[in-house]
Amino acid sequence: MTEHKVLPVRTYVLIWAILICATFTTLGIAFIDLGPWNIVVAMMIAFTKMSLVVLFFMHVKQQTALTKLFVVAGFFFLAILIFVAMTDYGTRTWMPQGRMW
Amino acid sequence: MADQAVPMEQHSPFLQHHFDDLDQQLDSSTLGMWVFLLTEIMFFGGMFGAYTIYRHMYPGAFASTSRYMEPVLGGINTAVLICSSLTMALAVRYAQLGNRKLIRIFLILTMIFGVAFIGVKFSEYYLHWKEHLVPWMGFQYPDHPEFFQQAQILFCFYFFMTGFHALHMFVGLGLLTWLLIKNERIAFGPAYYNPVEITGLYWHFVDIVWIFLFPLLYLIGANK
Repeated sequence: MTEHKVLPVRTYVLIWAILICATFTTLGIAFIDLGPWNIVVAMMIAFTKMSLVVLFFMHVKQQTALTKLFVVAGFFFLAILIFVAMTDYGTRTWMPQGRMW
Repeated sequence: MADQAVPMEQHSPFLQHHFDDLDQQLDSSTLGMWVFLLTEIMFFGGMFGAYTIYRHMYPGAFASTSRYMEPVLGGINTAVLICSSLTMALAVRYAQLGNRKLIRIFLILTMIFGVAFIGVKFSEYYLHWKEHLVPWMGFQYPDHPEFFQQAQILFCFYFFMTGFHALHMFVGLGLLTWLLIKNERIAFGPAYYNPVEITGLYWHFVDIVWIFLFPLLYLIGANK
């Protein structure tokens, strides 16, 4: 059984402030040319923001182990969807046309 | 077994008979909501997956669309949604404490931010419509005629993904209206705040989807 304890207002406001700062960081960095790293940085910031929302706003930090397992499983299956699709599309040009073997 | 039955007036009126206690009831509804949210992750995930593949196939065409997007409006909208998530989280907090007046205030604030988001979003749609950027409906792409077809793929993703996101916002606003009415009729408090908590999960999920949509749709080639 979990403890459904009430988080203090300052925790919520702190998370909100970090999320707002991260949004403007995302916007600012997008206009700097980092080559292939632009998308990496943007996605890292987005994942950080998502983790903060999930853990604190959605209270997953306080939930039962079963709920945590379900949350992780959801993102795990999404990763399979995208990663396995990209192992196909990302490698199609690796072999010369017509000389597969 | 009749002598072991608990008389009705001894347990909380909010406790449904198939749960042991209120804690178990809350944990169950939270888990159930997360199962629903997993189906939502896979629903949006299909679109994110397809987006990843096409962006990988046509990087130049996708980057060329960014000059037609409104990154500042998108950034403001991201901030508006994050503010709505804060007010939603606070509404849940005051539901946990049983403060009817503050629940009402924060639910209404959340709805105001939600409506503001939709207003900005639809004004962006109007700008795109005027610039002939809607696929199949008089789409024009004079700056990069070589990307005429491939750019339409990005705009398809743009309208479908933000459109489904906006649809979720409308559903969220409906749920908030329902909570606002429910808040006047029953006393949310430490014993029972499940509907507020569950609706909060949904609202935060919709916020998370936007956190990813913003950099992926608005900022692809912003540095070019």
